[in-house]
Amino acid sequence: MSLIATGDPTLFSIVQLSLQVSLTAVLLASLIALPLGALIALFRFPGRGVVITLLNALMGLPPVVAGLIVYLSLSRAGPLGQFGLLFTPTAMVIAQTLLVLPIIAALTRQAIENLWEEYREQLRSLGSGRIRAIPTLLWDARITLTTVVLAGFGRASAEVGAVLIVGGNIEGVTRVMTTAIALETSRGDLPLALALGLILLVLVALINGTAYLLGEITSRNMQ
Amino acid sequence: MSVTTMSPDPVDGALVELNEISFVRSGNAYLDRASLALRPDGRTIIVGPNGSGKSLLMRIAHGLLKPTRGHVTTGRRNGCPLRQAMVFQRPVMLRRSAQANVIHALTLAGTPRRRRREHAERALASFGLSQVADRPARILSGGEQQRLALARAWALRPEILFLDEPSSALDPAATKAVEEGINTFHEHGTKIVLITHDLGQARRLADDVVFMCCGRIIEHTPASRFFSSPVTEAAAGFLRGELILDTDPPVKQPGKQGGPSF
Amino acid sequence: MSLTRLLSAALPLLLAAAIVPTAQVAADAPFITLASTTSTEQSGLFRHLIPHFTERTGIEVRVVAVGTGQAFTIGRRGDADVLLVHHREGEEALVANGFGTERRDVMHNDFILIGPRSDPADVAAAATIAEALKRIFEAQAPFASRGDDSGTHRKELELWRETGLSPGGRWYRELGSGMGATLNTAAAMDAYTLADRGTWLSFRNRQEMEALFEGDPLLFNPYGSIPLNPDRFPWVKADLAWQWHEWITSTEGQELIGSYLIDDVPLFFPSLER
Repeated sequence: MSLIATGDPTLFSIVQLSLQVSLTAVLLASLIALPLGALIALFRFPGRGVVITLLNALMGLPPVVAGLIVYLSLSRAGPLGQFGLLFTPTAMVIAQTLLVLPIIAALTRQAIENLWEEYREQLRSLGSGRIRAIPTLLWDARITLTTVVLAGFGRASAEVGAVLIVGGNIEGVTRVMTTAIALETSRGDLPLALALGLILLVLVALINGTAYLLGEITSRNMQ
Repeated sequence: MSVTTMSPDPVDGALVELNEISFVRSGNAYLDRASLALRPDGRTIIVGPNGSGKSLLMRIAHGLLKPTRGHVTTGRRNGCPLRQAMVFQRPVMLRRSAQANVIHALTLAGTPRRRRREHAERALASFGLSQVADRPARILSGGEQQRLALARAWALRPEILFLDEPSSALDPAATKAVEEGINTFHEHGTKIVLITHDLGQARRLADDVVFMCCGRIIEHTPASRFFSSPVTEAAAGFLRGELILDTDPPVKQPGKQGGPSF
Repeated sequence: MSLTRLLSAALPLLLAAAIVPTAQVAADAPFITLASTTSTEQSGLFRHLIPHFTERTGIEVRVVAVGTGQAFTIGRRGDADVLLVHHREGEEALVANGFGTERRDVMHNDFILIGPRSDPADVAAAATIAEALKRIFEAQAPFASRGDDSGTHRKELELWRETGLSPGGRWYRELGSGMGATLNTAAAMDAYTLADRGTWLSFRNRQEMEALFEGDPLLFNPYGSIPLNPDRFPWVKADLAWQWHEWITSTEGQELIGSYLIDDVPLFFPSLER
């Protein structure tokens, strides 16, 4: 508890790294997954059903498995070993992006598909092709999609399996909140682990609260 | 945009010509060899019992659907395809302000960025919506939304305006406002093609009437003639308020059965 | 549209805050990656040692702490620069197969048998570790095995081989966990378990558990340092890794190892071999 009170620099850097890794991962994943989800929603192509089923299934990709896949890829003995990315925060971002991408894509796909049902005829009447409609639909679904992105962030900030394997939980370099909690638990220092857990929860709640407030403010501004 | 006539140059022949249009799904013919020429003058009202294929025909004419057989020819003016707009039974509004909805339509139509706001404001004003310009479109009343749909179409300066039962969900006051809006289009030279269940509305607005039944066009008659003494017995029965049962069900193709899938 | 303006302002800020520091890590001081075991890291030894090494050489040491099995995998894949593990057989194989340059003794400690204070199998009275394990086997007293191919786990299996018995059944629980987690679970289950002294000394959640048996020479736990072979892995920071390898086996390094105490008790005994 004294750690928190004195604003311990180690704790601060762990928190900072956690946020950096998860936020970056969610950002990257969203950049890919939002348009991807919209594309799958709007276009018919052979194997579409398989792709959708696969995306939905990958929402439940176990973080350790995602971590293992990235580990094997980034390891020196692996296909992408020449970049030397193993045991770095970059590797952690990659692993979490992989984890979060299917969640955002699958849920975006569903949301946009529902919206397209409603808007299709009117948008086409106005002369909008499907590609042109994508930004319109994404913006229109912004409230749902914000929740989707937050769900992705929740997944990223909560997981430990992926970042542990690809990051190595190196003190001062790749140690984040969740891996620190795992470490302290295995050292038997349960009070510290619990305290860290509480801090993590508060942080995530703050982020969600901010997003909620932003939503409220902007929707009120539109009245 | 100068608000004068919409289509200054006369078009040779019809604006839209539908030739032997058939629409078949799962073995059922929802349209059977329908042919129709939409001429530039006059408001064309399409009437008929439910399931007669009116909405389908309009969607095909507007280009939202492709017919199974037959083809649609749309006229051109100065080499450019005629501008069309459509208003649906339930207005479809984006999750943004009323004005933003109109601006979106203008953006799609290629209006230069600096003119969009001005055009949108004028369109809203023409339909009495200036007060609600900044309100979220989705919380407007049914009548306001439908007027907004008209304002949005207005901003596009369409040469043809299709309307599929635009006031069937509205109360009489809102209906009157919508009809006034339609007439505004008409006075500026836009061709009106409208589907309605409301015979009173048909009488008020029609210059010529298309009567459909069971996937076919039964008759296409000037309004004055249609309401007093229609050509066909079927139309006469319809006007009398008789329920037209499926005495002549949609033509079944041999082999496949099953209900509509669209 | 105010939301658009808000987002277009917030987004680049968010991006900058998120990505810039991740890039910073790349431009840091020289460092080596040391693959070691969870038990070694959890003892706190590295926190004690590394600052001295960094001060002397300017080289940072990034410790990746995993199970012994995984540490050897890291070694075989060339994902680290140097190893510090405690499984002699594996260490020698690593060098023999050309993955490591050489093996040096660094330090040793020992394993102890932990169990509930009530000691239902009466291992405290046993003369050897083999006898102690036999008593547990016969009493079918709960025993928590690490089950994770770690150094500790391998040692445990060796000891069972000494007894000639094959543990199995409901009382023998293979957890697949690290040392700390295993101790937590053993405490909760009132089970016996084999632990390295280092982890036990720094373990805070003892509940009703005690160190019940120790001292048998078979419980000896030697640690070795192996730099990875630059001929096999050209990207390895061989020079920097060698400096570490030399340093921990030097007088200074060895003295520091011996001076690491918890509650005035040393955890590791330096080998002082040159």
